[in-house]
Amino acid sequence: MQSTTLILLLGLMAVTAFYLGRGRSLSLVGGHGHGLALHSLPGYYGYYVAIWVALPALGLLLLWVLIEPRIVVALVVNGLPEAYQSLSAGELNLLVNNIQNLAAGDVVSVDVDEVLQNAASQFTGYSEKSRQILALLAVGLAGLAGSFAWRRIHPDLRARNRVERVIRWFLIAASSIAIFTTVGIVFSVLFEAIRFFQEVPVTDFLFGLNWSPQTAIRADQVGSSGSFGAVPLFAGTMLITAIAMIVAVPVGLMTAIYLAEYSSARVRGIAKPLLEILAGIPTVVYGFFAALTVAPWVRRAGEAAGFEVASESALAAGLVMGIMIIPLVSSLSDDAINAVPSAMRDGALGLGSTRSETMTKVILPAALPGIVGGILLAVSRAIGETMIVVMAAGLAANLTANPFEAVTTVTVQIVTLLVGDQEFDSAKTLAAFALGLMLFVVTLFLNIIGLSVVRKYREQYD
Amino acid sequence: MSTDRTTRQKVEAGLPRRRRKEFTFKMLGMLATAAGILFLGVFFASLIGEGASAFKQTYLQLDIELSEDVLAPGGELDLAYADFDGLVRAALRRELPDVSGRQERRELYRIVSIGASYQVRDLVAGNPDLLGTTQTLWVPASSNVDMLIKGNIDANVEEALRPLSDKQIAWVEALREAGRLETRFNTALFTNGDSREPELAGIRGAVMGSLYMLLVTMMLSFPIGVAAAIYLEEFAPRNRWSDLIEVNINNLAAVPSIVFGLLGLAVFINWAALPRSAPLVGGLVLTLLTLPVIIIASRAAIKAVPPSIREAALGLGASQTQVVFHHVLPLAMPGMLTGAIIGMSRALGESAPLLMIGMVAFIVDVPGSLTDPATALPVQIYLWADSPERAFAERTSAAIIVLLGFLLVMNLTAVILRKRMERKW
Repeated sequence: MQSTTLILLLGLMAVTAFYLGRGRSLSLVGGHGHGLALHSLPGYYGYYVAIWVALPALGLLLLWVLIEPRIVVALVVNGLPEAYQSLSAGELNLLVNNIQNLAAGDVVSVDVDEVLQNAASQFTGYSEKSRQILALLAVGLAGLAGSFAWRRIHPDLRARNRVERVIRWFLIAASSIAIFTTVGIVFSVLFEAIRFFQEVPVTDFLFGLNWSPQTAIRADQVGSSGSFGAVPLFAGTMLITAIAMIVAVPVGLMTAIYLAEYSSARVRGIAKPLLEILAGIPTVVYGFFAALTVAPWVRRAGEAAGFEVASESALAAGLVMGIMIIPLVSSLSDDAINAVPSAMRDGALGLGSTRSETMTKVILPAALPGIVGGILLAVSRAIGETMIVVMAAGLAANLTANPFEAVTTVTVQIVTLLVGDQEFDSAKTLAAFALGLMLFVVTLFLNIIGLSVVRKYREQYD
Repeated sequence: MSTDRTTRQKVEAGLPRRRRKEFTFKMLGMLATAAGILFLGVFFASLIGEGASAFKQTYLQLDIELSEDVLAPGGELDLAYADFDGLVRAALRRELPDVSGRQERRELYRIVSIGASYQVRDLVAGNPDLLGTTQTLWVPASSNVDMLIKGNIDANVEEALRPLSDKQIAWVEALREAGRLETRFNTALFTNGDSREPELAGIRGAVMGSLYMLLVTMMLSFPIGVAAAIYLEEFAPRNRWSDLIEVNINNLAAVPSIVFGLLGLAVFINWAALPRSAPLVGGLVLTLLTLPVIIIASRAAIKAVPPSIREAALGLGASQTQVVFHHVLPLAMPGMLTGAIIGMSRALGESAPLLMIGMVAFIVDVPGSLTDPATALPVQIYLWADSPERAFAERTSAAIIVLLGFLLVMNLTAVILRKRMERKW
């Protein structure tokens, strides 16, 4: 039985259980007119039975989906001849993949011999049997639990409270996913990063000046052994982030000031949504624009001015990233400026200062913490931005502060390292997780400071 | 006597300078605002200028003789081995009879797309009775011819520097004059999957992949996000745990998306052994990515429901759960839906985490289920942007226009929803 049919069947059972439960509760007290004799509304007895039908069966289904493939693979591998049992983990993995593909009727990377054919049919057999057992168990469990709940229905049963408790636990579980996500991120990058640091010392990674992650794939291959000094990546990230900030902070801040203090309501009504469109454009589109329009333009302009400009210059990527961040800076600055009490503004204007003097001498100093917090968030966004730099910045890890040269960033390297064909546990792919850990830690740090500054500032004037 | 100036005189002396400063400051503000809007204009102009032509494609009209001798030499039609390419070539030779010599003929064959023989094959496969007849078909021209017709290849540059030879250009001219060449609406762009040949490449596979992914994301992140928001707003006691959840959600909203990709790679693919490149995994990763957005928007919507509603319901004897599900939730629903649509539009434009979980593979087939290998629309844009052929640049822009179109529709829906359902208390 397909798992979708099984889920549908369970759903149908739950609906039936609802009506049965509701009907029983009513018939126990003698029909519709006597609902008051029940502790809860009749519907809650229905939900009570339905939950008993659905929850245990769904739990079983989930458990089965997680465990079953491993068991089936282990059974198939056990059934293989001796010669195959002694293969290395990687080769065995490949073999299992081939068996699965053969069983699914897909293309197989090796010649199909009798052993493989047998294993594949065995695999299909086990999978089929497992599905049958699962269907039987799930439906049985649902029926058993349902009849148990059905028998427990009694006018004094506190059905509403029980149903609400289940709902409450569901809500708690849903809100805890945020924590599990964070924990998941930390553990998934931390474990792989620790494995990486067992091969490459932390100090080499953090302070090394040379980044060339090409390691030999096979032992007999000519190739460098790889060197993982990440300083050029950090420098490249900083350079591009700095260029982006030089564009985004003045433009974003001045836009916020103009729209908040000077423009008429009509101009604001048009300009604000237009600028918000900038925030909604996908980053891959910015990347395309940076690589195909801005980069050649920067190159032509630079060469006309007598500079030597790389075709994947840091400047092009940084400029476009800056444009992308303008709306973020401008909306966060707008919040900060609007949070300054109008008494301060009115006081300054009343004493005869011009609008610009009010702004630069009174409002901006008062709003400064909020603006700085917003800029920190913008920096964190720029550091973590991926698609623009993947498409418009280079791959060569140059340690330079020259914006016309090509530099590479942490995110670019994560993408290039992982979108390759190396073994998963090679130093090269593990390095991506070490970089990911750095990225996560740095952006987390910036976010926590930025968010808390912004919030504290908001509370100060509330 | 400067020392004896009154305060008034001093202020008046400074006024012109201060007014100049005021003017400069105002101009700077205007300039900054205009710069952002100007960029938007340049951006859309260049995008549409570049991409509009991709919605048209050059087609050649050929009389293809479906001869039985070629297709079914033994009297038996075998679609896998029949020489459809030969038929297309023969038709081309008939069209331009004065082409002679191996070299020249080979050049001639290059003006028609490889898709022509697939088209003939599909025709015969759909209707084997056509065998022996001559059919007049419009088949796609090769991408270089298409570029020439659209003016992207300059016929005046030196022959060695352009992908089409003088002879090929002359043949194209001859065909055009004979009325055998036409540009029409490019349906392939919307009905085909990816291809190495620009004239055959389409976005259908990518759109379907994105659709499946959004389906998974919507089904998971909306209920979970709403449930989390309800708990945090209505039930959560003020304690360490709920503070921790709160801090976590705000942080996750600002974590770089590529980190979610690393999480997906480590947890869903390496640990849970889910298939690579599958929309299911992409949808799961995007769920985690959009959850904070939806939770934050839903909490704002719940907060906007006035407490008097809750108090009235509680006063009439409803339990807290009943208050939430019967009264607060329906009133907050429009705001939550708006948040969900905005979260979905963010998910639709996201590509970095999808690169991590292997959705960048070159996939020709249109995915048919949640576990089929697939790619997504933004990733397709990334892949095409990397292709060297001139014709792919144009298609990339076209794909971007389609993507922005989807985003526009989603955001407009959100705005309209908010406008129509918004309630002032």
